[in-house]
Amino acid sequence: MSGHQELLAGWGNTAPSLAEVVRPRTEVEVAEALASGPVIARGLGRSYGDPAQCAGGTVLSNRGLWHLSPIDLATGTITVGAGVSLDELLRVTVPAGFFVAVTPGTRQVTVGGAIAADIHGKNHHLDGSFMNHVASFRLATPLGEVTVTKDSDPGLFWATAGGMGLTGVVLEATLVLLPIETSWVSVDTERFEDLDGVMAAMATGDADYRYSVAWVDCMTEGPRMGRAVLTRGDHAPTSALEGRAARRPLEPPAAPRLMVPITPPSGLLNRLSISAFNEAWFRKAPKKADAELHSLSSFFHPLDGVDRWNRMHGPRGFLQYQFAVDDAHGEVVRTAIERLSSNKVPSFLAVLKRFGPGNPGPLSFPMEGWTLALDVPVGPPQLPGVLDQLDEIVAEAGGRLYLAKDSRLSAEMFATMYPRASELLDVARRVDPEGHLSSDLTRRVGLTH
Amino acid sequence: MRNAFGQPQSVLVLGGTSDIALAVLDRLCAQRTRTVVLAGRDEARLAAASERLLAAGATTVECVPMEASDPSSAPATIEAGLAAAGGRVDLVLVAASILTDQLEVEDDATATSQLFAINLTWPAAALAALRPRLLAQGAGQVAIISSVGGVLPRRDNYSYGATKAGLDFLGIGYGDSLRDAGVKVQVFRPGFVRSKMTTGLEEAPMTIDLDECADAIVAGLGSSAQVVWVPAKLRLVFGVMRHLPRPLFRFVASRR
Repeated sequence: MSGHQELLAGWGNTAPSLAEVVRPRTEVEVAEALASGPVIARGLGRSYGDPAQCAGGTVLSNRGLWHLSPIDLATGTITVGAGVSLDELLRVTVPAGFFVAVTPGTRQVTVGGAIAADIHGKNHHLDGSFMNHVASFRLATPLGEVTVTKDSDPGLFWATAGGMGLTGVVLEATLVLLPIETSWVSVDTERFEDLDGVMAAMATGDADYRYSVAWVDCMTEGPRMGRAVLTRGDHAPTSALEGRAARRPLEPPAAPRLMVPITPPSGLLNRLSISAFNEAWFRKAPKKADAELHSLSSFFHPLDGVDRWNRMHGPRGFLQYQFAVDDAHGEVVRTAIERLSSNKVPSFLAVLKRFGPGNPGPLSFPMEGWTLALDVPVGPPQLPGVLDQLDEIVAEAGGRLYLAKDSRLSAEMFATMYPRASELLDVARRVDPEGHLSSDLTRRVGLTH
Repeated sequence: MRNAFGQPQSVLVLGGTSDIALAVLDRLCAQRTRTVVLAGRDEARLAAASERLLAAGATTVECVPMEASDPSSAPATIEAGLAAAGGRVDLVLVAASILTDQLEVEDDATATSQLFAINLTWPAAALAALRPRLLAQGAGQVAIISSVGGVLPRRDNYSYGATKAGLDFLGIGYGDSLRDAGVKVQVFRPGFVRSKMTTGLEEAPMTIDLDECADAIVAGLGSSAQVVWVPAKLRLVFGVMRHLPRPLFRFVASRR
């Protein structure tokens, strides 16, 4: 198996590095790639920063590990290769009446990546994260292959959950699917003029909805700071459909209709253009609407409609700042938005969600409380300092940043935010004693053994 | 590793007692830089620089020997510097330089060849030794301190200017050669900076102090510019000056 040299960056298009990219199609080829280091697996490159990069080493694309078993209708499970994307999976399962138990804001992630980042979705407050719905997976480690379940080796199972690839390369996984009657989502929408209003509504009402997310405007100041559009819903039953939807109750997700063909100069997305976009988004939403039917794509993956939208941020790239804090520190959400708006940092609509309890993973990101995620273009000179200050505030509140989004956290802050990282390293030492597995991210935050 | 803002965690400084380099490092250590390797000759000054950087936020400062007057020693310095940094380095700052009085070197073959060795031949050899290591590590950044003195030849510093013109030329081509390898190379062209190197010299227009210079270099390190003028307005000034007829330029330059 021969590879090629490629300059790789994350979705944010910052800090690219050169690596030998190989694309094994068999388990023997995976074992061959893991025989020496440094090496790390990569899926569709949707992590914003550097976890799927390995400067001067080998990056193992998991896209050659592609197979789908038939859906086991009795148990509602399916076994898939780690390189299968959620998009490819949903094209098969939705017409059969099954949805993935957890989906992030894009379908363009692989199952292997979903495990390595232990992704979460709009239903975390009720259903937990991706790994809560993985029955088992097969993992290639430098010491050999192993099938892992929560019972067979809980240490390895949970270290792999959100372990950013440090325990090995996921070969395939058996996922527990969610039965659905239709591919439509019944959505209640509500607009709030300020942050307190939307947070109060979420704290009291989210338990009544499987899915909930608020889009918060981080660029308005004063009394309307943090105005928001809250959308909450659940899969619609057949009885709720009429017209076109009733004739085709189980439609697979649509392919992207638009594409950003080139990278425009940095600065196209600036305070002015982003403010205008946020304003339009807010005005477009109804003040209050109940039980509207949305397609799966438009509700779960609105940005998937535009291929390569990350190019819009220009050659300098962008980053996403996502943190979680517990319920006792909900004020950090307000502080973060205030800091960004008072420092004139242009930021797209931020995503605010409720989290349920985290899982046993030593690098589990969620914690019962709040999570806020916001996209910021790289460029404003004050940005690095403002975000470093936010790190302090989040850490002080016992919160943490999401590694799948991070591209700038310091090693010291990582150690503070993830005090259980040593548990992951203990497992990594067991399955990778010579330390073959590492990435630009693990070197940056000091997650090495 | 460099983060999304290009902030390095480890830095190798060639010319580790340079005022400009140390002022830049003060700022980098306040950000993400924890490991610094200083290559230099004067042990007492290197020790003082180490103390200063540890106070600024570095956790490890190592010193390696460097003899800039002997270009054949450059590969050994690069080897030792990378080893001291842990095998790989995020940023290499090329800052070794001397500024001589034009009247003292222009009739002196030995002094002139020494000036060229220190300012040009040694750095060129070091960059050549560094190149395969940068390719192998697949990421990194090189910052080369050139000078506006190398942009246009002037009566009163053409020898120094020639060394910087050579380094500047080399740096830009070197950057192109590493462009697709994940390595960013930048050439910085400071104007007149108040430092120990310029003590006693008559100040030029638009002279800046060390802090302004270091701030501009740190900001430049985070940019995608291949050539960074310090201060930025010098780019405009030289954009005009390079089109002046030579007799007019001589007149302007001699008036300063």
